[in-house]
Amino acid sequence: MEIFLQQLVNGLVVGSVYALVALGYTMVYGILGLINFAHGDLVMVGALTALQTMMFLMGVAPGMSPVAMLTLSLLVAIPVCMLLGFTMERLAYRRLRNAPRLAPLITAIGVSFLLQTLAMIIWGRNYHTFPQLISTTPVQPIEGVFVTPIQITIVIASAIIMAALILLVTKTKLGRAMRATAENHRVAALMGVDTNMIIALTFVIGAALAAIAGVMYASNYGIAHYGMGFMPGLKAFTAAVLGGIGNLGGAMLGGVVLGLVESFGAGYIEQMTFGFLNSSYQDIFAFIILGLVLIFKPTGLLGERVSDRA
Amino acid sequence: MHTNPLSPLLQLSGVQIAYGGIQAVKGIDLELYRGELVSLIGANGAGKTTTLNAIAGSLQLAHGEILYEGEKVKTLPAHKRLRRGIALVPEGRGIFTRLTVEENLRMGAYSRNDKAAIESDLERVYTMLPRIKERLAQVAGTLSGGEQQMVAIGRALLSRPKLLLLDEPSMGLAPLVVEKIFEVVQSVAKEGVTILLVEQNANLALEFSQRAYVMESGKITLSGTGADLLTNPKVRAAYLGEVDEAV
Repeated sequence: MEIFLQQLVNGLVVGSVYALVALGYTMVYGILGLINFAHGDLVMVGALTALQTMMFLMGVAPGMSPVAMLTLSLLVAIPVCMLLGFTMERLAYRRLRNAPRLAPLITAIGVSFLLQTLAMIIWGRNYHTFPQLISTTPVQPIEGVFVTPIQITIVIASAIIMAALILLVTKTKLGRAMRATAENHRVAALMGVDTNMIIALTFVIGAALAAIAGVMYASNYGIAHYGMGFMPGLKAFTAAVLGGIGNLGGAMLGGVVLGLVESFGAGYIEQMTFGFLNSSYQDIFAFIILGLVLIFKPTGLLGERVSDRA
Repeated sequence: MHTNPLSPLLQLSGVQIAYGGIQAVKGIDLELYRGELVSLIGANGAGKTTTLNAIAGSLQLAHGEILYEGEKVKTLPAHKRLRRGIALVPEGRGIFTRLTVEENLRMGAYSRNDKAAIESDLERVYTMLPRIKERLAQVAGTLSGGEQQMVAIGRALLSRPKLLLLDEPSMGLAPLVVEKIFEVVQSVAKEGVTILLVEQNANLALEFSQRAYVMESGKITLSGTGADLLTNPKVRAAYLGEVDEAV
């Protein structure tokens, strides 16, 4: 029972991060039909920018409180990622809007390589220790189940951010314009919507979520690295497909479900394979799920739209 | 805008439009004066829809110029033309099927910030289209074709257009519904909105319009008052006979 509850906690934490990143994939897909494979690397840029800011702050104001330091580093990392998201749309994807579907997809992979290489040039090839500004000393709400304050922060912050996003998209005039543009660019423009602005904004919002997810991810594991965005990016993409790509609620659900499956998988894989595989094989679960969803339910758990684009 | 009220609201000169390597509109001239209801009739593929789309800014011109309120607008994107007062009800209605009826209508007022006036305009649309009011919370994709057309027209009106472009509002609808829609179109025209109507149902269009242009394979071949064209033997043979058969 302790193992079960422990894996539930771990799954929720990882799942929240996947969900935040998956939202970025699914929003861009919803509005452009594009899988932005560079989205995962924004997670990395967010984490490393925050790390850089923390290092700087520790140098100039060593007495600063951890919460202030974390807040300031987020206030740098989020705009940097937003600007990057804006730039990739403006310079790369906008020109390819009417191109065959494969062109923007390949471009996205190219942008991903570009970001990773630039990050490697700036921050080097080494793994960096990421300061864990929120305590990682576990508490035991139930005997034998360990929860750290950073984990609690991640889950609560993600829930608040996702609720805010849902409100933005469903209740505001801007959100209505985003949904209208996602459904039909041409008619949205006929309603007076500057669709280019809405599309750019979609990238920018997704990038902000990725930056936050990056800081969460690095804070949780205590490590940052130029290639750290690849795996959570791929997992989040899987989560978006699992939930039904293009569907916001689906991305959230898919993220949490994927986190849980992975976590339970990792917890029980030894028993399941009679000791043949151990928990370091946990990544296989995400991709088994991706395969199964694509074969048996390509529209995902909540998606009603068949993905007819690459 | 300090333009002469007697100068045309909309003037197309030498307009050519090409897409996909095909020249769909091959140099047309067309004028609309304030308060007019003018129709553009012609067979399928004559270039009528293309012309409307180009006026609204959905399509670029290959050659020629569009003057609106005396200003060149051909380089303005669609969303800026709407803000100048040009609204298009597109062919096939262009309803946002996943948005509710009310959200669709409010999209029409997207460019406006006068909240109180938007609410009163919404009320006016509801009185004009009572069947819509019962379905405000419904997802628009579940409406019938006629209801969708009503929503599309109501949505366009919520932008408070000076020039309303209607693309085949009768398409695919039952005669009774078409009648209702044309009643609405007429009441909008009476309020002083200038209307350019594209119709395949030439009989209906000519009956309602003050003037009309006849388009054939990308060119305007005839123009005149609605009444004149209704009795024009050429028009009767080419369009009205055909339409009567089809109905």
